[in-house]
Amino acid sequence: MALAQTTQEGPLGIGAAPRSGELAQWVSRHGPILLLGLFMVLFPIIANDFFVRQIAGWTMILGMIALSLMFLAGYGGMVSLAQMTVAGVAGYMIAVLGVSSLPKVSLFWPWWVAAPLAIVIAVAFGTLAGALSARTEGIYTIMITLALAASFFYLTLQNWPIFNGFNGFTTIPAPYFLGVNWGGPVPLYYLILFFAALSYAVVSYVSRTPFGLALQGARDNPRRMEAIGYNVTAHRIAAYAFAALIAAVGGILLVWQNNQISPFSVGVDVVINLLIIAVVGGLGHPIGPFIGALIYVILRTFALDALVAVGLDGRRFQTLIGLGFLVIVLFSPDGVVGLWRRFSARVRGNGGRNGL
Amino acid sequence: MSTVFADDKAAYGGVRGDAPTRWIARHPLAALAIAVAVVFVLWLVLAPWPTGFEAVFGRKRLFISALFNGITLGGLYFLVATGFTLIFGLMRNVNLAHGSLYLFGGYMGYEATQWTGSWLLSYVVAFVCCAVVGIAMQFFIFRKMEGQDLRQTLVTLGLSIIFSDLMVWVWGGNAIQIDTPDWLSGPIPTPIVVALKSSGAPMFLYYPRVRLVIFAAAVVLGVGMWLALHRTRIGMMIRAGVDDRDMLSVLGFRVQLLFMAVFAFGAGLAGMAGIVGGTFQSLSLGEDSHFLLASLVVVIVGGMGSIPGAALGALIIGLSEQIGTVYFQNYSTVLSFLIMVIVLALRPQGLLGRR
Repeated sequence: MALAQTTQEGPLGIGAAPRSGELAQWVSRHGPILLLGLFMVLFPIIANDFFVRQIAGWTMILGMIALSLMFLAGYGGMVSLAQMTVAGVAGYMIAVLGVSSLPKVSLFWPWWVAAPLAIVIAVAFGTLAGALSARTEGIYTIMITLALAASFFYLTLQNWPIFNGFNGFTTIPAPYFLGVNWGGPVPLYYLILFFAALSYAVVSYVSRTPFGLALQGARDNPRRMEAIGYNVTAHRIAAYAFAALIAAVGGILLVWQNNQISPFSVGVDVVINLLIIAVVGGLGHPIGPFIGALIYVILRTFALDALVAVGLDGRRFQTLIGLGFLVIVLFSPDGVVGLWRRFSARVRGNGGRNGL
Repeated sequence: MSTVFADDKAAYGGVRGDAPTRWIARHPLAALAIAVAVVFVLWLVLAPWPTGFEAVFGRKRLFISALFNGITLGGLYFLVATGFTLIFGLMRNVNLAHGSLYLFGGYMGYEATQWTGSWLLSYVVAFVCCAVVGIAMQFFIFRKMEGQDLRQTLVTLGLSIIFSDLMVWVWGGNAIQIDTPDWLSGPIPTPIVVALKSSGAPMFLYYPRVRLVIFAAAVVLGVGMWLALHRTRIGMMIRAGVDDRDMLSVLGFRVQLLFMAVFAFGAGLAGMAGIVGGTFQSLSLGEDSHFLLASLVVVIVGGMGSIPGAALGALIIGLSEQIGTVYFQNYSTVLSFLIMVIVLALRPQGLLGRR
């Protein structure tokens, strides 16, 4: 399975500041994504709270966490199923260190202490997971990270002193600062949008840095990279740490969006759904996970009604997801992004470039 | 260089049966530590505990039943994990639908006991049903994407989602228990002293007969499988395939047939394990991922593609789960998790795995 194509954009990244002469070129190259960004900024004006919070919010949060998976799988060749767990660790930590309805467990530290600390702990966990699996090759990564993820799920389920077992934590408020209650639908939407756009930009940028290129080299031919003098294992562990940072931020946003976290937020099915999101969207481009997340969220929200409307049992939603996933894996290994690439290549009759 | 040579000879069966002796000769301290630990555990099991001991370990009955439960649970894990490790070793296929096959076998066995009333017959039914599903998976899907590890894994993932949803549809979300047949139910006495009565007379441990019988069956099966792998022609082909399947097929062996046979056998074993699990514990939604996780951890700890490794891993994980549940209630999964982390850090290929 071709996990990823090398990015086909020019060397000029989003993070690089364009000079005035190059500005027009930069805008035209990144036109579609800038338009998308503008649309997302204006989205709350045209959409109601339900679409802002339930569709767009969830899409961007799941997209962020899937983006961290896509970074590892697409650029590093390491399909890590532990990314949802990293997000879950961050989410649990913000509940344990910060505010929740459980004074017996939560420490009630202010958000500006709890959030950074939660991110640090989650990144440490993600890096450890990476260090454990980075030494083994290819397919073992899936097994080890799935075992890690499932262990964490069973730990949260049975541990009461720290994770409050089966019940988890409820009423975890989003913070209140700069005079804004960030838990409201629209402020939270902009908070999520900011971090989702930031992580998208950073991933696109990092994929073109020497580090990102070395990581892609290690994906394609680790032995040759070792021979040239790169420390492949160190690059992989660093990639895990970077991906964990994105997943951790996503995890905190997830808790603020959801106001609660429980073992079923990090269950095996959730972990697997995240992989499905990333694969369906496409592992070849950082926009893929967001597309996958959008499809997933729309299916999750409307499939029940749609299935009932066509006379099928609405509870067979998971079968629908599984079948869709199988179709994508069997017929378009590079996901929806790959479908789009091939489609636009056929329309234009060129080598499959597209502006995204 | 001489050690390398000796290694090769042992690996290819040139010198039969002396691998443990050489291991002891090479790691005298580790061997001594293991011997001391074994003797200590044997003493813990067989002797009545001195007073003061119970303050540290709790009551002996608790310890002994955790130990026995752990070992018998290890037998169950072994049944599930061998199929997984065989399929992985030969076909490089991480079958993430293995837990679904386990649950499917259990449900089919349950239906069979309901219809026929025979517990033993249900094993045949479960084996055949799961083997057919396994053959179908190998024939219709995996044969067409050979060598694409990741894609195969993703397909098994998709299948596992569909299977588990369909099984919820048919059997619902409630737990189902398979009844133990009369001739196996009830406890039997064992010659292990649990405590002393106030009169000084020893009290012996009573243990469920069915668990002991099933454990014995798992051991027999494991030994049989080892013999089949090392003493028969098919076993030779499987071992050759694990080492280099391209070479095997170039030599004119019918690799596809072999793959299907191994897939069928591994899937069938998982199905039979489903009945064992349904008798020991229960069958319900979520058990598929539980046993998938157990197989993963067992195989990671024991070593991929190795049947003795699966046995050792299953024993370790079964014991750690049960002992953990008794002594560290809130952290028992952390114990198996820690074992996995330590093994991965020290020996990434697993305890008995080969690079």
